[in-house]
Amino acid sequence: MPRYILKRVLLGLVALFVVSTLTFFLMFLVPGGPFLSEKTPSASTLAALEKKYGLDKPVIVQYGNYMTNVLKGDLGPSMKQRGRTVNDRIGTRFPISARLGGSAMVLALFAGIPLGCLAALKRGRAGDNTILVISTVGIAMPSFITSALLMYIFSLKLGWLPSIGLDGPKNYIMPVAALAFYPTAYITRLMRSSMLDVLGQDYMRTAQAKGLPWAVRIFKHALRNAVGPIITYLGPALAFILIGSFVVEGIFTIPGLGNSFVSSITNRDYTVIMGTTLFLAALLIGFNILSDVLNKLLDQRIQLK
Amino acid sequence: MEKQPKLAPFSMHLRVDDFLPADESEKERLVVMRESVGFWKDGVRRLTANPIAMVSLGVLLVVFVIAFIVPVFYPYTYEWQIRGSENLFPMQYSQTEKDIMASGGNVFPHILGTDNLGRDFAIRVMIGARISLTVGMVAAALILLVGSVYGAVSGYFGGWVDMIMMRIVDIIYTIPDILIIILLSVTLKAPLKALADSSRSFAWINTFGVGLICIFIVFTMLYWVGMARLVRGQVLQLKEMEYVTAARALGASHWRIISKHLLSNSIGLLIITTTLQIPSSIFTESILSFIGMGVAAPLPSLGSLAKMGLDGLQSYPYRIFIPAVFIAVIILAFNLLGDGLRDAFDPKLKK
Repeated sequence: MPRYILKRVLLGLVALFVVSTLTFFLMFLVPGGPFLSEKTPSASTLAALEKKYGLDKPVIVQYGNYMTNVLKGDLGPSMKQRGRTVNDRIGTRFPISARLGGSAMVLALFAGIPLGCLAALKRGRAGDNTILVISTVGIAMPSFITSALLMYIFSLKLGWLPSIGLDGPKNYIMPVAALAFYPTAYITRLMRSSMLDVLGQDYMRTAQAKGLPWAVRIFKHALRNAVGPIITYLGPALAFILIGSFVVEGIFTIPGLGNSFVSSITNRDYTVIMGTTLFLAALLIGFNILSDVLNKLLDQRIQLK
Repeated sequence: MEKQPKLAPFSMHLRVDDFLPADESEKERLVVMRESVGFWKDGVRRLTANPIAMVSLGVLLVVFVIAFIVPVFYPYTYEWQIRGSENLFPMQYSQTEKDIMASGGNVFPHILGTDNLGRDFAIRVMIGARISLTVGMVAAALILLVGSVYGAVSGYFGGWVDMIMMRIVDIIYTIPDILIIILLSVTLKAPLKALADSSRSFAWINTFGVGLICIFIVFTMLYWVGMARLVRGQVLQLKEMEYVTAARALGASHWRIISKHLLSNSIGLLIITTTLQIPSSIFTESILSFIGMGVAAPLPSLGSLAKMGLDGLQSYPYRIFIPAVFIAVIILAFNLLGDGLRDAFDPKLKK
């Protein structure tokens, strides 16, 4: 077990190293360097700027500096907003995204697992079929479709919910629902097939033959053994919510990290793009490791090498 | 046949009928050897018996006709801005067009209206569907090529080759792909554009659009790992088969064994994985286009159309919902077809 954790963490660190190296060298592909925008600064200004940011040094030295800074957790200054650092930006924007994404994740789990179980227990009946159809359609809908649909119905037509901003708890309903829709559909399908698998096992028949009550059989024997794939899916689910946040935060004009990331792409604020990428990559890789280790801890049957 | 006298149960009386010579139909029924059913025939038979898969296939055919054939005969083009026909509702005509019709001219109706620049919206949706389908299929083909060869080589040679190749896969698998796609699309755009402009032999990059090429590059660089893992697993099983040993004994080269024996025997897996890869690529492309990183400006994709439609959600809701429905239907149909193919061609994979 410790060996497994060590291996996963090591793999994660290598992946992070690859991402950070990639981000560094990709910066050099940008023509004219990071300061060239619509207004080209004069040669002397450019030289001064390059000296300030250490861009006049050889590539290897720059790479060394960059990596040391990244290791220290310093993602550098923003190239477009003077006097602001990437860390500032992540610090102010990320909590908003985390709140949204966290709520979406919790919603997806609390809706997906019961729905999947329900479908498996009512296999072949109307309830199962309805859940199956909705979840199958759900995994074919990118989050911008869900968002647009929600916005059109609940704020433009019915006027129940505010369409933009983040002023009150009501503002959270639609973005969270839009973010959670795809993972919920996916978890429902995953839970259904996993539960069906478990319900067909011999020990479930034994439990029934022993005369155990229904609730004990379902909650203690079935659910506990069926929940493994869901925990493994937590990592990819977070990735999906993250991609969703790029889109959903833009649609509902929420000042989160996803929105900031997309606008930094449009503004070509390269250091912010690189820094945010690195931060999100670390987040995703860490979460993936966590969900795999959690799965292992909960389910002692899995033999991990 | 005449009526049998009733026999008592457990009686030892013999039936005379049982000793008559068998007639033709009875002989036929007893033939054990039926016409042999090949892999393809068997799979196709199972696929055609699956109504969901067949409906999906039909829907996809219709979408393909709409995306690839109808635009050829359509009187408008996707970048043609018709002056005075901006922001028309479906089946509405502008004043100029009404004048032409009044003087006996023929004006093809704007079935879905026009956008804010006076471009016919129906043709833009069709071309958008074409772009999305092309992205999905080209990406899937590239992933198939890289993933299957990589996985087969890794599994076939085994040992330290396999070890190193699989560690590389593990690392790429750990890297969050969508972030790298965005990062590469942002940074590759300028160098690719320069490359396209610098030399005539690279001019084709401009016709496809730099954004599209970026998407293909990153898909091929990162998305093949899933395919490679599956193919490797299959090849590890297949290479222990007698026919591989026989081929090796007969002096077949490594490449011949991999291509003729190992990969052709994993064809079911390859078809299924590739089919299921198409919707996932379309899904990713639509999101990238939606955040403004897909195809270049006049060229529409379903994602970028939806993005433009979002601005007019209040007045022209169909401008976002029509591309949205197209995306969802295409992804759904490919998903269901992939599931059907899996059930038909690889029943073992069914779960």
